[in-house]
Amino acid sequence: MDTSEDILQQASPDLVRGSETARRSKAARLSPSFISWLQAGPMMLVFLAFFLIPLVFVVIVSFWDYNEYQLLPAFSGRGYTDTFEGCIAQLPDLCTIGRTYVKTLKLCVMVWAITLFIGFWVAYFLAFHVKSKTWQMGLSLLCTIPFWTSNVIRMIAWIPLLGRNGLVNSGLLKSGLINQPLEWLLFSEFSVVLALVHLFTFFMVVPIFNSMVRIDKSLIEAAYDAGATGFQTLVNVIIPLAKPGIVIGSIFVITIVMGDFITIGVMGGQQIASAGKIIETRVNALQFPAAAANAVILLVITFLIITMMSRIVDIKKEL
Amino acid sequence: MTETTRKKGLSRRTLLKSTAGLAGLAAGSGAITGFPYVMSAEPKVLRYLGTAVNEGDDISKQCLKDTGIKIEYITATTDDVTKRVMTQPNSFDVLDTEYFSLKKLVPSGNILALDSKKIKEFDNITPVFTKGETPGGKKIGGQGTAPWKVLYLEGKDSKTFSKTATEFVTLIPTVYNADTLGIRPDIIKRPISSWAELLNPEFKGKASILNIPSIGIMDAAMVVEASGKYKYADKGNMTKEEIDLTMKVMTEAKKAGQFRAFWKDFNESVNLMASGETVIQSMWSPAVTKVRSMGIPCTFQPLKEGYRSWASGFCVSKGVSGAKLEWAYEFVNWFLSGYAGAYLNRQGYYSAVLSTAKAHMEPYEWAYWMEGKAAEKDIKAPDGSLLEKAGAVRDGGSYEDRMGGVACWNAVMDENDYMVRKWNEFIAA
Repeated sequence: MDTSEDILQQASPDLVRGSETARRSKAARLSPSFISWLQAGPMMLVFLAFFLIPLVFVVIVSFWDYNEYQLLPAFSGRGYTDTFEGCIAQLPDLCTIGRTYVKTLKLCVMVWAITLFIGFWVAYFLAFHVKSKTWQMGLSLLCTIPFWTSNVIRMIAWIPLLGRNGLVNSGLLKSGLINQPLEWLLFSEFSVVLALVHLFTFFMVVPIFNSMVRIDKSLIEAAYDAGATGFQTLVNVIIPLAKPGIVIGSIFVITIVMGDFITIGVMGGQQIASAGKIIETRVNALQFPAAAANAVILLVITFLIITMMSRIVDIKKEL
Repeated sequence: MTETTRKKGLSRRTLLKSTAGLAGLAAGSGAITGFPYVMSAEPKVLRYLGTAVNEGDDISKQCLKDTGIKIEYITATTDDVTKRVMTQPNSFDVLDTEYFSLKKLVPSGNILALDSKKIKEFDNITPVFTKGETPGGKKIGGQGTAPWKVLYLEGKDSKTFSKTATEFVTLIPTVYNADTLGIRPDIIKRPISSWAELLNPEFKGKASILNIPSIGIMDAAMVVEASGKYKYADKGNMTKEEIDLTMKVMTEAKKAGQFRAFWKDFNESVNLMASGETVIQSMWSPAVTKVRSMGIPCTFQPLKEGYRSWASGFCVSKGVSGAKLEWAYEFVNWFLSGYAGAYLNRQGYYSAVLSTAKAHMEPYEWAYWMEGKAAEKDIKAPDGSLLEKAGAVRDGGSYEDRMGGVACWNAVMDENDYMVRKWNEFIAA
């Protein structure tokens, strides 16, 4: 790797040539590969200390045994066998963990589809219909306004709106559209999806917008000149070129929703199972190895989903 | 049992952090100017880990005034308190926790029992804790982790609970109560007298229970027994078959849409009830009071099958010794000396030493809260806000009637691990 010097040379060849001698003596001490290691080093250390090492601990603990009050550092698959308890015996019915993941994945797919749809069109509007850079900036900032309060507050704010005696129900009742308050508005899958979409659409907007503004406008003009309709341009030019943004946004949303237990808990009235909720219950009962085992399972499943997605689009290549 | 808003805890914690920083600074500067005096000038500070029940700011202020001990609250939920004792036993000095956690805490060796001889009022502690009966002599139901079963240890560092009184007390009792269902009489419009009503299809989509497995299952067991489906040998220590049966009943109800939501903290329960999302749910006494103080009718309904009770008390971290241990005793003695007890009684909880609390309350307050008599004057909360108008009578009546009516206690079962798994299954159903 000799990138940094190459770039420097391209940018200002005079400068590099002028410092030829000094450069040579430095290069003798610091080889280019060492410099690149040095550059990547800080990130690597952070990654190692705050991600890889803790992750290794989680995997190790997931194979420990435990009792009511402590971890027993002896190999045991109990965390896993307990988790999959009844999965074969109960066939064809799903066991607890199966049902939990089906529910989590269902919520995840719904939230993903809706945030993608909304996020795509918001980004499309910002990238192609808003001409001035200032307005683009201004409107993107507008999208961040919900993030000015904590996500707990954004979530809880829905409750007085959607409740049995909430604003929506009383509005509908007064207008005569319904005779009975709608129960499914709150503490239901509907409210969970609504809150998650509200919370996370922005994570779709940003990467897709970022991909879209980098699309060369002349490509769109070329498509237009070649006689493509607006729809054809969208499908054959814009969507393929915005794919990296779509995939990155999808990864954000899917990983967050798969691990979420607070939103699903609060908006689902604690009656909807989620993968994160199982971990929380286990941790609260001081059953750390079981919680770790569930965390590992969640990690593997999320990782599989992301691998599948990056099979569809090679993000590294596209960037 | 109890936990107020997490937010409150967080802000308190941030506050603690900054005060700790300041204290560090002060200590640092002290070390430079006059090292030999640092020890004698050391402020009496105790880090107090607990749920929010006992943690009034008024209590810590009064304590500082009376004893010079500065209390730094570390507020957490019931589960998080236990977690913290297990994982960071050196992060607190005094622990305020529930008796049912003792089955986990004592074997861990992370807490120290206190010496009853050093507790001035120990002999005046209500017989609810020491004998399992009310001062009037009524026997109290002992299913679950009743405090008198786990009150004493066999020796100073023993991990075995003693059946007879010893001087090594696991938790010096502070606060306790008898819990039951809260109802909205204005919506239900008929008398409710049994736990079985919680699963009555009449309240479909309008009922709720606690989402803390070890407490929720006790409420569930009260319902199962009340509906005549099964009679437990000990609700607080079920066999696997009993857990299966209880969860089956609850799962059927959940699938049929009986429950509106499960709640996990104090404010959630208040909001559910006040907004009319639920009309019948398991609840805590001060939560009912809070709904009522919002002008919404709410009753803490006594039921014929009795109450589910809980109790908390003080012990210290295993890391506490020397002068700090003496302050801990000083603090616990102060806590039992009346001010704090009166404060708790006025919130609808009960204090451990009744005589000292009585001395700190007005006679009309005592009559309302403890004797079940109609209020002679308006009843006010510790912060001065109006709770009940003159003439009101406390739900469930007197101390004798309420504590005497206790059927079972919050518990950690031998089959806790299995129960937690079943609870997850219940949520997933």
